[in-house]
Amino acid sequence: MDFVQNIPFFSILLSLFSGTVTSMVNGKWAKRINAFIITVIMAMSTVLLFYLLGTKESYTFMMGHFPAPWGNEIRAGVLEALMALFFCIIMLLSLVGGRGHLEREIAPSKQNLYYILINLLLSSLLALIYTNDLFTAYVFVEINTISACGLIMIRQNGHTFEAAVRYMIMSLLGSGLLLLGICILYDCTGHLLMSNIKSSIIMMAATGDYHIPLVVAIAFICVGLAIKSALFPFHSWLPNAYGYSTASSAAILSSLVSKGYIFLLIKICYRVIGWEVILSSKVIHILFLFGLCGMIMGSLSAISENDIRRMIAFSSVAQIGYIYMGIGLGTLEGMTASIYHILSHAATKSLLFIAAVGLTDTSGQSKKFIDLTGAAYRNKPAGIAFTVGALSMVGIPGFSGFISKLLFGTACIQNTPYKMLPTLICLGISTILNAIYFMKTVIRIYTPVKSPYDNMPVKKSFRYAGALVCFVILNIVLGMCSTPIVNMIQMGLKMFS
Amino acid sequence: MSKLRDEESYKKTKAYSFFRWYRGEKDPFLGEVEMKAGHPYKDKRTAEELMQEKEAIMDRVYDIGHNKEIKFFKTVYGIISVIFCLALTFVLLLMVSYSPKTGNPGNPNENEVPARYIENGLQETGAVNIVTGMILDYRAFDTLGESHVLFIATITVFILLRIDKDEKGKEKDREEANDRNYEPKNDAILQVIAVIIVPLIIIFGIYVILNGHLSPGGGFSGGAIIGAGLILYLNAFGFAKTERFFTEKTYKIICFCSLSFYCLAKSYSFFTGANHLESGIPLGTPGAILSSGLILPLNICVGLVVACTMYAFYALFRKGGF
Repeated sequence: MDFVQNIPFFSILLSLFSGTVTSMVNGKWAKRINAFIITVIMAMSTVLLFYLLGTKESYTFMMGHFPAPWGNEIRAGVLEALMALFFCIIMLLSLVGGRGHLEREIAPSKQNLYYILINLLLSSLLALIYTNDLFTAYVFVEINTISACGLIMIRQNGHTFEAAVRYMIMSLLGSGLLLLGICILYDCTGHLLMSNIKSSIIMMAATGDYHIPLVVAIAFICVGLAIKSALFPFHSWLPNAYGYSTASSAAILSSLVSKGYIFLLIKICYRVIGWEVILSSKVIHILFLFGLCGMIMGSLSAISENDIRRMIAFSSVAQIGYIYMGIGLGTLEGMTASIYHILSHAATKSLLFIAAVGLTDTSGQSKKFIDLTGAAYRNKPAGIAFTVGALSMVGIPGFSGFISKLLFGTACIQNTPYKMLPTLICLGISTILNAIYFMKTVIRIYTPVKSPYDNMPVKKSFRYAGALVCFVILNIVLGMCSTPIVNMIQMGLKMFS
Repeated sequence: MSKLRDEESYKKTKAYSFFRWYRGEKDPFLGEVEMKAGHPYKDKRTAEELMQEKEAIMDRVYDIGHNKEIKFFKTVYGIISVIFCLALTFVLLLMVSYSPKTGNPGNPNENEVPARYIENGLQETGAVNIVTGMILDYRAFDTLGESHVLFIATITVFILLRIDKDEKGKEKDREEANDRNYEPKNDAILQVIAVIIVPLIIIFGIYVILNGHLSPGGGFSGGAIIGAGLILYLNAFGFAKTERFFTEKTYKIICFCSLSFYCLAKSYSFFTGANHLESGIPLGTPGAILSSGLILPLNICVGLVVACTMYAFYALFRKGGF
């Protein structure tokens, strides 16, 4: 076995261990340790990605002295390594970009607690990405849920407490449904390891045994993970959680936490239940329908919003709808488009959140549109970055959002007419609605009017501007050089089955 | 009144004071226990008045009397939720009736996985208690995650409830003063019982932890027992006594040491296992207290984390720090 193959194990354990170490140091050192750990894991994931691209096959890694159905196991393929690398980049940039706000909005004595949450969140995301065992996935879903709650309420005011309670209730409901689904699957198959469950389910599908429990389990797992990732009818916790928490938390929650659950769902679809069984169970039609509703309703709510952060949050609902719509198409192309949209939305949404706080900073901390008029002149880097993010969200060629919309379009054209027509119509309507609310904001922030905030001193932060530049570059790279990434995603999906 | 003794000597006996207490002539708490009257509830309005006020506010905001939308929404919401619950119950009952029957010998979950745990568990892990062998050796990665769940739960409660001195100067002192508003301080009965029972509880907890690999029990249950003992001690004697040996710093150090030992020990074991190297950890004779390799130290670590977590939760909820 090559030494490189230890990397998934090293990344998970390193971030877990750094969480414990961070509890002993003050905020300043916690920040440094955290940045260091994320950078190390980023570098290791890059090495692993290139190694896997070279070997062209996935491998499993035994956690302990006992082989798989008895002990734990993790698994790494191209898609897993790509996700891990990408999540690390986004997390690091979001933290660097929102650092000024972190230091202002969180009490100094509680700064190090924030970085404990971040470290454990990273480890749980990595474990969700790499795990090959359903119960391990559930344990790390728990860590993910609790730390996400902490991320919301660490900025202590009434709004965030209310948002954290909402998030807690909805998210625990989702965890409960996921656990029920896992229990039913264990009851019917007798395994917790993904590949063994899959082989049992293929046998069951052939003989027709336990058909009803299987369908109920699929439905519970899908609904549970849909609640946790804020699919349309279950999104009521989202606007306040993203709108009032500190900027880094909002960026990390919208671009990493919900995406981790979606990735777990995709993994369960392919590696646990099997794509054919999922297709024949018709559960994905429901996800497809909810996805379409989400695309429209999320955008409509965003248009009627008067608060820039909540507007961006509602836009997340629409984008999550896109991802579920792609999964619901039920083809390889649709799935590729969804995974590409996970990447592109993560890069864009965190950029928008970080840019939005730059704009509100120069407008007397007000998030209302009326106060934001002309804010782009007061904080130029934030204005440019927000414009780039908005263009990417709308789907202007050259930015990442365009490629994902293109992929969705080509995927649905190759589909049956029953799904093609509604998808194309909804894509069209949703793009127009996107354009309405994002362009409205861009025009407003570039409207040259005299405002009472013009003469306020703007604190220039190179760190903040640097993070925004990196985000913009990431966005343009995703938009310009999409072919190798799409190839990697397709290669990873082949390794899944 | 006794017929055997005269009044004077009878008054000194225990029987006299018992019957006095029994008849309700003397309150043993009076003068012995430090009691602080709770703040009387200032709002003199009755529950009905409060309810009426709430309704009036809702009416002013939403105009419930005339707002047909809300009325319609409430009706539809009620009907849909009842239908949904009934449907879900029906689906779950249907699912259960098609599931494998519990305890049936031919069930899918009776496969090679539990067979190996039962047949080779003792030989491979060295633990007489198969459950401990499973959670701390076969599937140690899950348990590692689980103990970090406890850790992060305490961290979140710290964020929510810890009152920091430099933050709001006087709030900590006020909480400290209010600590005994609703229960008596230095409760004599509780203290006498606690003196007897707390050492027993803690020794029993230590026994459960140390014998985790030999008999039913282990880190999680033993830690919970020790935590309960600590909370009882705190209740009887107050923070002044417990803070002599258990403060937030102690909590941090214990948690850090046990979690990092757990992490490092298991990393070593995972690394050697995955790379097919000899771990060199002796399993010992099954049944001896020093046996089964890493399981005993890991049980101690888990037990410490669980006990500290329970105590920390109690102290944080009671006065926002310890």
